[in-house]
Amino acid sequence: MILDGKCPSGPLAEKWDRQRQDLKLVNPANKRKFKIIVVGTGLAGASAAASLGELGYMVEAFCYQDSPRRGHSIAAQGGINAAKNYPNDGDSIFRLFYDTIKGGDFRSREANVYRLATLSNNIIDQAVAQGVPFARDYAGYLENRSFGGAQVSRTFFARGQTGQQLLLGAYSALSRQIGAGTVQIHPRTEMLDLVVVDGAARGIIVRDLVTGKIFSSAADAVCLCTGGYANVFYLSTNAMGSNVTAAYRAYKKGAFFANPCYTQIHPTCIPVSGEHQSKLTLMSESLRNDGRVWVPAQKGDKRPPHDIPENERDYFLERKYPSFGNLAPRDIASRSAKEVCDEGRGVGPGSRGVYLDFADSIQRLGQNAIQQRYGNLFEMYEKITAENAYEQPMRIYPAPHYTMGGLWVDYNLESTVSGLFVLGEANFSDHGANRLGASALMQGLADGYFIIPATISDYLARREPGKVTADHPAFKDSIAEIEKMTNKFLSINGKKSVTEFHHELGRIMWDNVGMSRSQDGLGTALQKIPALRAEFWENVRVTGTGKTLNQELEKAGRVADFLEFGELMAHDALHRNESCGGHFREEYQTPDGEALRDDERFNYVAAWEFTGSDNKPEMHKEPLTFENVELSVRSYK
Amino acid sequence: MQSFFNSTVGKKILMAVTGQAMVFFVIIHVIGNSTIFVDGLNGYAERLHSLPVLVWLTRLIMLAVISTHVFFSIQLTLENWKSKPEKYAVQKHLRSTFASRNMIWSGLIIGLFLIYHLMHFTFQIISPDLAAANNLDALGRPDVAHMVISGFQNFFIALIYISALVALVLHLIHGIQSSVQTIGLNNDRTLPLIITSGAIAAIVLFIGYVSIPTSILLNIVKG
Amino acid sequence: MNLTLYVWRQQSSELQGRMEKYYAQGISPDMSFLEMLDMVNEDLIKNNAEPIAFDHDCREGICGTCSQVINGVPHGPEERTTVCQLHMRHFHDGDTVYIEPWRAKAFPVIKDLIVDRSALDSIIQAGGFISVHTGGVSDANSFLIPRSDAETAMDAAECIGCGACIAACPNGSAMLFTAAKVTHLAMLPQGRPEAKRRVCMMTEEMLTKGFGNCTNHYECQAACPKGIKVSFIAKLNREFIKAAQLIKEE
Repeated sequence: MILDGKCPSGPLAEKWDRQRQDLKLVNPANKRKFKIIVVGTGLAGASAAASLGELGYMVEAFCYQDSPRRGHSIAAQGGINAAKNYPNDGDSIFRLFYDTIKGGDFRSREANVYRLATLSNNIIDQAVAQGVPFARDYAGYLENRSFGGAQVSRTFFARGQTGQQLLLGAYSALSRQIGAGTVQIHPRTEMLDLVVVDGAARGIIVRDLVTGKIFSSAADAVCLCTGGYANVFYLSTNAMGSNVTAAYRAYKKGAFFANPCYTQIHPTCIPVSGEHQSKLTLMSESLRNDGRVWVPAQKGDKRPPHDIPENERDYFLERKYPSFGNLAPRDIASRSAKEVCDEGRGVGPGSRGVYLDFADSIQRLGQNAIQQRYGNLFEMYEKITAENAYEQPMRIYPAPHYTMGGLWVDYNLESTVSGLFVLGEANFSDHGANRLGASALMQGLADGYFIIPATISDYLARREPGKVTADHPAFKDSIAEIEKMTNKFLSINGKKSVTEFHHELGRIMWDNVGMSRSQDGLGTALQKIPALRAEFWENVRVTGTGKTLNQELEKAGRVADFLEFGELMAHDALHRNESCGGHFREEYQTPDGEALRDDERFNYVAAWEFTGSDNKPEMHKEPLTFENVELSVRSYK
Repeated sequence: MQSFFNSTVGKKILMAVTGQAMVFFVIIHVIGNSTIFVDGLNGYAERLHSLPVLVWLTRLIMLAVISTHVFFSIQLTLENWKSKPEKYAVQKHLRSTFASRNMIWSGLIIGLFLIYHLMHFTFQIISPDLAAANNLDALGRPDVAHMVISGFQNFFIALIYISALVALVLHLIHGIQSSVQTIGLNNDRTLPLIITSGAIAAIVLFIGYVSIPTSILLNIVKG
Repeated sequence: MNLTLYVWRQQSSELQGRMEKYYAQGISPDMSFLEMLDMVNEDLIKNNAEPIAFDHDCREGICGTCSQVINGVPHGPEERTTVCQLHMRHFHDGDTVYIEPWRAKAFPVIKDLIVDRSALDSIIQAGGFISVHTGGVSDANSFLIPRSDAETAMDAAECIGCGACIAACPNGSAMLFTAAKVTHLAMLPQGRPEAKRRVCMMTEEMLTKGFGNCTNHYECQAACPKGIKVSFIAKLNREFIKAAQLIKEE
């Protein structure tokens, strides 16, 4: 099937306005008759639930955390981009659009990205009006910084806690609606199934994580805002609870999964310290503004960093990418770090790390200035490693961080299941094969505050409210199936814990579907994952019962989905015989080791359709057309 | 919306303001008391009682202030106990003090003492034979000094006063700075300063008061 | 290193709980406290026992989910550190460690070390927001905010809503949590129009939800993993005095 993104026609800059003109509206008196389910309360979910509630729809919001303020958007440190051009340094909506398209290695939709760039300005206005305390200069104006390799200063920030502050802004808007009674919130609940009746999303099945009760909720439309799937690698910068379950079960019910192989490996994370490691911690990319990345020039050089003279150090990013240097995009910086470690020049435990050295900056600007800029990051680093980064270089290593792939959606954010909308990191839409720094927050909020309120009304206006209720047999069947699955988990009583399986899956994924992929490696993954999955269903041990809070049972469901999803990722990575953005195939590289894109054959979105847990999924294509930018080779030299 | 005096902050502000009024009273009182070292109290007592309107007005105001303070302190404390029904197996305190955690007890001790003190020196019914009203000095004034000095020569009575003063100093060490925080008069910079000066003020008051029974017990001031 | 743990176990909010003894063996100093518990839990699972339930999510000290009282101190012995960022190098071989849930009437225990903190959300729902509509707002730079005010607002906004202040407070008061939000919004011009109403509604909700009154013990500041200061409580009190007129009117 050839998929249609339903992008509006006309000049790029007018597409969104035109679309809004064409979208139908719901009569204000009818809005309260329509019920909308929002799953997840990170930036996308909280902003969507708040905005839809305010418009007058009946909204029910669900999150697995104990409070809607804790979605993992909260951990984003660096900032949020907007094309405000406050510093007068040449930024514009078009430039932000172009940078995002190019950063995504020309694998995203022009119309979507342009809309994102346009809305970026409204987001900043909205956040400031909500009381988000962005950094200000002495005159009281908003401050900007350059971030993640951008050549303009377009990033707004609130210390190192921009994600937290934006989320608290969205959470406060959501709280206002909860107080007003337009949004009903269900914390500590996990979506376990999507209910589809006559091809349209009609509700979800949920487990109350406190009482264990499986219950259903029917609605006129469902919005999934459930984040990314980087935890398929076991170790990632995602929260421990981040999972693919909601998206994956929607995929099993007919929503196509697009570009699952596009995963972003963030270059500046704290390296693994041992087997016990449960998650990885990201250090903001802004550190690369003042830190220099290097490794010893000689293999196996075990001297402490201070004892390695300048001429025996290899500042490999500066050497390979003279014009961008330490600010090279994430995928490039990550891969370069992996390369030097593969050569045996890595530092720290297990030699999986590179130095990020602030000595020059401290000498140039003084320790005070560095402390002002990154004080909290240095503190965090010291807490975890017990090393003082003012005195010795930090050690960093890449870690899975963000996933560009996600459920396929059209321009209106509607998936291939009608009435199922997907927002934020959970969809695939705006970042192509690689996401630029400080644009995840932007996308989550654009989807939630501005896009979904406009597009969902068009869907609802064409329908009768409350047509399907939770009494429909489809809900009962689905509940029965979920209960069966729960009982299955609890009755296997094997020898290995859920975490052990997750850990093993993570190793397979990291080794074969990680930072660089090859046909052989992917073949190995496609053999090992089904085997591990089979073992899981024979040999997992889930303690406790389904009638109470049971964290092992929660994990079991999530890991079961990862065990299927990992295979989907490998299929996608294997089929994409090119290197682009976060997807690097060893067979497709230039002689000097750069990614080799194949626009002739792979200039499309690969959207996968579920055909059974043990069957190969079926691929559908959405061709990408570029009318406003020229496909160029991404060069940061 | 609830009324000012029904709200948590409103009640606390009442506690702070009434507390501060009592601190003011306690300061005036100790200054008056100190005349025992200069002219033997009787002159001060006579001058004070030559203004009956002032004396009764003060008494009425203090009665209102004390009742308010006591009423809300008991109400707030009971609420607070209800809000923390279970204790930790291991209890550790980082910033709170013995004084801050025992305000209700030090306060109740002071309250009981106040009743005793009024019966002793104001209504003079504890030891009627020493009552100033019944014993005039050489100038024909009620002999307050005699009453006080012979009273404190009794070790147990002095001990009651000294113990009550220990409760008072504890109460004020926390109370003075706490009242400033509650009416919002401090910031990051001034808070440590206020904590220290509150404690110093409490200790100075303690020394001022305790000097009378001790110096009588030690025979420095004689009848 | 090897540790002896005493951990609060409680099946559900209705059932009685008690401290139980566990051994944590072969602990590496580079582990986080939660990774140490992960290890203990893996052993429990091996022995077919139910693992210790505890709240955690981001494990980088920002989401505010983790909540344990370690040896009598919320979030444990390190200053300005959440449990998830507490590392075992701060403990010694042979130590005995007591682990308990947050204790307050407003935080009923759900299971083991997990408590229900939804009362904090209720306080925010009562007024911890600026009533702005989505869209239709003015340009971000139309509010000029003195840098120092923006910095104070940010200091207050750093609260992660973990509830350690309530756990530490001998009165189970949520004053520091409430004051942080009141101060954050009161420092900004956008937040001023609703400042009076906000402080009244939020403090009222705080009491309704069963939190205690503040008696200025300052335990909250000492326990706060983000170093939120009690001077914000003074600020809340000032805001409340300013709101007195409004209370009269309504």
